[in-house]
Amino acid sequence: MAQHTNQGAHDAHGSHEAHGSLKSYVIGFVLSLVLTAIPLIIVLNDVLKGTAATVVLLGSAVLQFIVQLVYFMHLKEEGKPRYNMMVLILGLIIVLTIVAGSIWIMTYNKVA
Amino acid sequence: MAHSSNRAVAAPSHGDGHGHEGHHDLEGMRMMGFWIFLITDCILFGSLFATYVVLSGNTAGGPTGAELFEMLGVIAETFILLTSSFTSGLAVLCMNKGDRKGLIVWLAITVLLGASFITLEITEFVNLVHEGAAISTSASWSAFFTLVGTHGLHVSVGLVWMIAIMIQLGRHGINSVTRRKVGIISLYWHFLDVVWIFVFTIVYMMGVM
Repeated sequence: MAQHTNQGAHDAHGSHEAHGSLKSYVIGFVLSLVLTAIPLIIVLNDVLKGTAATVVLLGSAVLQFIVQLVYFMHLKEEGKPRYNMMVLILGLIIVLTIVAGSIWIMTYNKVA
Repeated sequence: MAHSSNRAVAAPSHGDGHGHEGHHDLEGMRMMGFWIFLITDCILFGSLFATYVVLSGNTAGGPTGAELFEMLGVIAETFILLTSSFTSGLAVLCMNKGDRKGLIVWLAITVLLGASFITLEITEFVNLVHEGAAISTSASWSAFFTLVGTHGLHVSVGLVWMIAIMIQLGRHGINSVTRRKVGIISLYWHFLDVVWIFVFTIVYMMGVM
């Protein structure tokens, strides 16, 4: 058991240093640039309006979040007991609960 | 000369490449501890985002974001921070190759980009206050300045921290301790870029839409 944990931490450490290649950073950078340009073009040129625009905006933000996690933070290259991934998922669940819950409750609390 | 001071810092770790299980484990644990901090920071920003989204309509008859946001400056800030996230990654690549000079140069470029981001943000805040949108103007602007200001504060702290690490690298070179520190600051910097993507999307883009 203890040996297992050791092995995992060791792998995570080793792979973190070995795998971050120039290629992965360049791919991540280019994808991020594209995903930043898409909302700019859509909003500043009025290509889409209303809900469709909101969906595209949030969609590109979430995609860019994933791109940076994978290509900049190397989340996929973590060793076997994927503690970082588990903590991230727990954190995201808490964030989503706070944000969605606040919006949901406060929509029915409009005084003005 | 640099070697002896290297040893002083890396003494408990026996340097790199020895495959010391205990040491690797410890540095791995420190990395993970920082990751857990980042996730709690994520929750902090999540709460501020929730507050902003809920309060953004409550302008108390004052100016709205759509009227005052200068998108040109915001777009510049976005691309500057994105590029600095990339250059901090290049710094890590130089470190992995053992190139201390390249590492310090890329960190310096990252600091310069971060400093120009902060300069643009402060200019924006000053302009907003001049145009009648201060933190006390309305609930909407309170939420705005708290959210964007907290991010700006994180970037400022990151700048001081990065300069401190550059000084340590100059003194001690690349060893297991400075290696971990550079890894952590670059993780922190990527994280700040990710938070800014959501500030840019939710506050500015959806604000002017």
